Amino acid sequence: MMDKLDHLFQGHAAALKLASFRQQLLASNIANADTPHYKAVDIDFAAELSRVMSGRAAPGTLATTHPRHLPAPGANPLGARVLYRTDVQGNIDGNTVDMDRERAQFMENALRYEAIVRVLNTEIQHMKAALRTQ
Amino acid sequence: MSLFNVFNIAASALTAQSQRLNVVASNLANAESATSVNGGPYRAKQVVFQAIPMGTPSVTAGAGVVVREVVDDPSPLRRVYDPRHPAADKDGYVTYPNVNVVDEMVNMISASRSYQNNVDVMNTTKAMMLKLLTLGQ
Repeated sequence: MMDKLDHLFQGHAAALKLASFRQQLLASNIANADTPHYKAVDIDFAAELSRVMSGRAAPGTLATTHPRHLPAPGANPLGARVLYRTDVQGNIDGNTVDMDRERAQFMENALRYEAIVRVLNTEIQHMKAALRTQ
Repeated sequence: MSLFNVFNIAASALTAQSQRLNVVASNLANAESATSVNGGPYRAKQVVFQAIPMGTPSVTAGAGVVVREVVDDPSPLRRVYDPRHPAADKDGYVTYPNVNVVDEMVNMISASRSYQNNVDVMNTTKAMMLKLLTLGQ
């Protein structure tokens, strides 16, 4: 029973983790909107989520096959690959943060997060209904 | 919860932007200060921002921002002919600060907009976390 519940929530948990990781990247972009030579970063959410769901490791990650193996420094929990954004309008100080785009992505990511929480909530309500005795 | 790191990132930006606003206020206040503590006229100051990694050492997810240094504006000082001024040189010219008021106003608006953006980031993230806390209820 418990492993089935675990399996049911696993996908949502991965999506939530990815969304909160992405939220950090977008917050960094907004925070560094005036920093010279800062390059805006982001992840490909859909690609990363389908990779995590299929259980594949990110390309180029070191496998830890022994309990005493050390994780590679700078690796994030899901192994999501952080990419640089291609800029639309170049800035003379080398900064590639486009505030309109960042704000839109930030809003979209927050909505996505809330949507996942809502779906997860519904799943939990269904499970509760199934467990309830008549 | 990794979303807590968003607060650290946005807070670092708030600190940096308010420091920038502080420098703007100092420049505008001293736009006409022909003498300062070091003898010569006041020189306009500018902040230099730098991105720094934020989060736990194993998970370097985001980048915050800090003011690396406050530099003096190297542009030439303004010279005005006013022989009655006590700070006038032998030719009757007084050297005034190189503060460009228009630049400072633009800087001020830019700093305040960036500040607002980061406050919005914090509010949105707070709403997300509160939503998560109601999970399963």
